[in-house]
Amino acid sequence: MRMTKEVIPNVICTFCGATCDDLQVTVENGKVQSSRSGCAISLAKLMEYNRDRHLTPLMKKNGELHEASYQQAVSRAAEILANAKYPILYGWSSTSCEATKVGIELTEWVGGVIDNTTTVCHGPTLLGVHDIGEVSCTFGEVRQRADLIVYWGSNPIHSHPHHMQRLAIRKGRFRGGRKDRKIVVVDVRKTDTAKLADHFLQITPNGDYDLLCAFRMAVRGDELEQDVIAGVPADKIEEIADLMVSCGFGILFFGVGLTMTSGKHRNIDVALSLVRDLNARTKFLIMPMRGWYNVAGANQVTAWVTGFPYAVDLSQGYPRYNPGDTTVIDILSRGDSDAALVVASDPVSNFPVEATRRLAQIPIVTIDPRPSATGLISEVVFPSAIVGIETGGSIYRMDGVALKTKPVVPPPPGIRPDVEILRDILREVKKLKGGQTLE
Amino acid sequence: MLSLRVTLLSGRSLSQARAKVSGKLSDKYARSVAICELDPDDMKSLGISPDQKIKVSTSTGSVVVRAVASSQAPHRGVAFIPYGPWANMVLSSETQGTGMPTFKGVEAEVTPAPNEEVLDLPHLVAEMTRRT
Repeated sequence: MRMTKEVIPNVICTFCGATCDDLQVTVENGKVQSSRSGCAISLAKLMEYNRDRHLTPLMKKNGELHEASYQQAVSRAAEILANAKYPILYGWSSTSCEATKVGIELTEWVGGVIDNTTTVCHGPTLLGVHDIGEVSCTFGEVRQRADLIVYWGSNPIHSHPHHMQRLAIRKGRFRGGRKDRKIVVVDVRKTDTAKLADHFLQITPNGDYDLLCAFRMAVRGDELEQDVIAGVPADKIEEIADLMVSCGFGILFFGVGLTMTSGKHRNIDVALSLVRDLNARTKFLIMPMRGWYNVAGANQVTAWVTGFPYAVDLSQGYPRYNPGDTTVIDILSRGDSDAALVVASDPVSNFPVEATRRLAQIPIVTIDPRPSATGLISEVVFPSAIVGIETGGSIYRMDGVALKTKPVVPPPPGIRPDVEILRDILREVKKLKGGQTLE
Repeated sequence: MLSLRVTLLSGRSLSQARAKVSGKLSDKYARSVAICELDPDDMKSLGISPDQKIKVSTSTGSVVVRAVASSQAPHRGVAFIPYGPWANMVLSSETQGTGMPTFKGVEAEVTPAPNEEVLDLPHLVAEMTRRT
């Protein structure tokens, strides 16, 4: 334990997919005293991470959660998963790559489906990338070179508060900062991000596919036959298309405004195609605004090990990937699953009501540093150490850059990292399944 | 009773994210997500003031939340509920074969609900998980 006051530089924030790595965290006697350089969400996370936490595992008895020993909780969790015919192992976006790796092995042993929160954020983005391919880059290239930045269906001032500051406003090697960059925002509301833009296109809800197609036509020099498309005047579309074609280095950052609306992966297909078209005229790139700090890492690890980035069914002894079938919302909607492991996620707060209703009908094991709505309906709850604050681990930034987080304070006594809890459950599952432990 | 047809979005808001990291079972979290942001002109047409209770209904279900005058206006005809269990009450699990539910761009109706209660999280979760 750190017993003196210490300022720790270059701490990585573990909230959103931008994973800012320039925080200065002051720690005194093993407690976070202050944090500088982070956004409002980062500050709230670091200053309030230790509030209202469970300090022991909980297990349900007579319909209510009661404190339990760690070993009791591990045994019960292993029993639930080992006895299940088709369990879902869900979450993984707010924990380390190392935890996901163990989660995949556990899924293989229990014959279930491993899915991460991509399934309810940028799942359609990955489907689009499978179809079309992706022209992308890292943050460094954007910061040093971008002179046109488009945010489409994304409000980073609220979702990724320092994204614009780092990439659009800050000076780069070849750009003098905000004055050398144009910012375009496409959204259905005049968001706080839109208020900072040079151009704001207010699109009608569910009009993204039409507007993206209109941009493809304008970029190719085709005439737009309608005066207004998806709420945007044709002459404005042509003006922005000219801006795109004439820029030196453009990037389209898109949010779940494209994936969660009508069209879903088809919106992504056409966005990726627009960027591909633009590369015949200039340098243009595209990047999804990933939500959680390691959702990109969950995709990476799952893809390395199984060949697929999310929604991987291992129930037949080999990986099967069929979004729309092996995705967790669809599995729950069909009532196919008979147990769930939820790691570092809160599906009750993130899934539509019918999927939650189905989830509540099966035994759930939850591993989460903080109490959650899902914890309220779980059979077993493990409190865990917070990655990036109380424990370390590998994560991937939204642009695919791998980062190594480190703890700044120790976890409360008895609180273990996700990866350790998962290893212990896996060991028990192997015993129950009659397998040999490797350790 | 007055009512308004809207296109409903759910999504991230700064206050939702800050409250979320402070604790999902806190009052602060409930206050930041059990709300619906409406265009101020739409609120006038409904005859409601900020913090008044409204019912948001879709083909999936309905939920009572408090009205908030949107800071992201103008967006006539568009209503916004931050991600969370209250928004989920009115969202469908249908993914149209993509794996992804429609969390944004959902047809909805907003009506004043002065005599109804905004459920707290435990009661809302009980309502969500009630067997039908």
